[in-house]
Amino acid sequence: MNATLAPILAIIRRDLLLAMRRKSEVLTALFFFIIVVSLFPLGIGPETALLRKIAPGVIWVAALLATMLGLARLFAPDHADGTLEQMVLSPSPLGLLITGKIAAHWITTGLPLVLLAPVLGIQFDLDGGALGIMVVALLLGTPLLSLIGAIGAALTLGLRGGGVLLSLLVLPLYVPALIFGAGAVEAHISGLGAGGHLSLLAALLALAVFFAPWATTAALRIAIE
Amino acid sequence: MSNRIVNWFKYASPQSFYPLAGKLIPWFWALAIVFTVAGLYITFFAAPTDFQQGEGYRIIFIHVPAAWMSMFIYIVMAGWAGLGLALNTRLSGMMAQALAPTGAIMAFLSLWTGAFWGKPMWGAWWVWDARLTSALILFFLYIGFIALQAAIDDPRRADKAGAILALVGVVNVPIIYFSVKWWNTLHQGASVSLTKAPTMAATMLWGMLIMALAFWMYSIAVALTRVRAIILEREAHTEWVKDLPEVQGAKQ
Repeated sequence: MNATLAPILAIIRRDLLLAMRRKSEVLTALFFFIIVVSLFPLGIGPETALLRKIAPGVIWVAALLATMLGLARLFAPDHADGTLEQMVLSPSPLGLLITGKIAAHWITTGLPLVLLAPVLGIQFDLDGGALGIMVVALLLGTPLLSLIGAIGAALTLGLRGGGVLLSLLVLPLYVPALIFGAGAVEAHISGLGAGGHLSLLAALLALAVFFAPWATTAALRIAIE
Repeated sequence: MSNRIVNWFKYASPQSFYPLAGKLIPWFWALAIVFTVAGLYITFFAAPTDFQQGEGYRIIFIHVPAAWMSMFIYIVMAGWAGLGLALNTRLSGMMAQALAPTGAIMAFLSLWTGAFWGKPMWGAWWVWDARLTSALILFFLYIGFIALQAAIDDPRRADKAGAILALVGVVNVPIIYFSVKWWNTLHQGASVSLTKAPTMAATMLWGMLIMALAFWMYSIAVALTRVRAIILEREAHTEWVKDLPEVQGAKQ
């Protein structure tokens, strides 16, 4: 048990430490999220009923875009300074180390979005129940975004125009997360109950936790060889 | 025993596949033309005018085969990609690369003809119907695959990276389809449904099947032509390519 968890924890600890040393990167993605969400009322108009209706979609789309920002930097610095090659050579399975990196990416980009979303939801006049559902949906959905995004980040590692290409590859794959994530809040508001959407989101997360680190590892080996 | 079985692995090498593809291409073109002529005849002359949709419905003879091909080619492409990853055959990656543009064109064609069909029938170029939306996302997946392969200079890495993307995509296609479908029923946006279309006359069905065959033959012919070009490009350094009469002729 400990032998499995130790490398994951070590990588998470290392990546969080690195993130703490370079706070600006984390904060940039966070402020990007806030700005994008705040721009929508300016573009659409301040009618409360309309804002309440579009809030889940706007917050989710902004979360997708904010997650994309950090993805390009997920493997690139480690690739540049040779850390990634050391990880491939290390006695711990590469899949575990990659899982640790994905978890660290979620803690630095996904988790802050989850914590901030209720504040932004209040701007859009969502009530308490809807805010709670949104936080739960984002808690289930943002790790999914990090997991799927990691595959794209590994595939585009070291390529010309990698950042733009990454969004082209990953955003279509984010569609189910967006639909069920934003749908959960809307279903709650319309009185249908968010249970079904949240269960599907959790099922997708379970599927991605199993498959995504594996696909990411295969893609990284191709990029490095 | 082994003499009687065709050794399929022989054709996994570009060198032996190149002349085979060259021999097959004229046949597939000929079949494509025959089926297209027959299919278009049925489309425009034999098939009766639909009593609900009028003459405008005839675009489905292009639309439906294109939509079928766009989905089918993605599966075939992912199949070649998986084969390439599992067996490490060079030709598989080339086949996947050759199929992608045709698949993207089919996806685009199905969206485009769908819009032309939708305007007179539904009164809108575009509705957020589950099928339309998932066809659009399928088109994006093709574009992503082509863009990824174009961005990687080393062809072997391009093949393998593309293969992983195609396999991830093929797992996601049903998930995307059902998520879009449930999203659509929740929103109840478009009240029209393709599945409740009136039952088709036999001539219409035949026309559609023959047009589908024509699209099949066209796709195979084009993919084989493209794979021959890819083989020439990638194997340009080898002796057998330099000895080919068409390469010799081009030099003089």
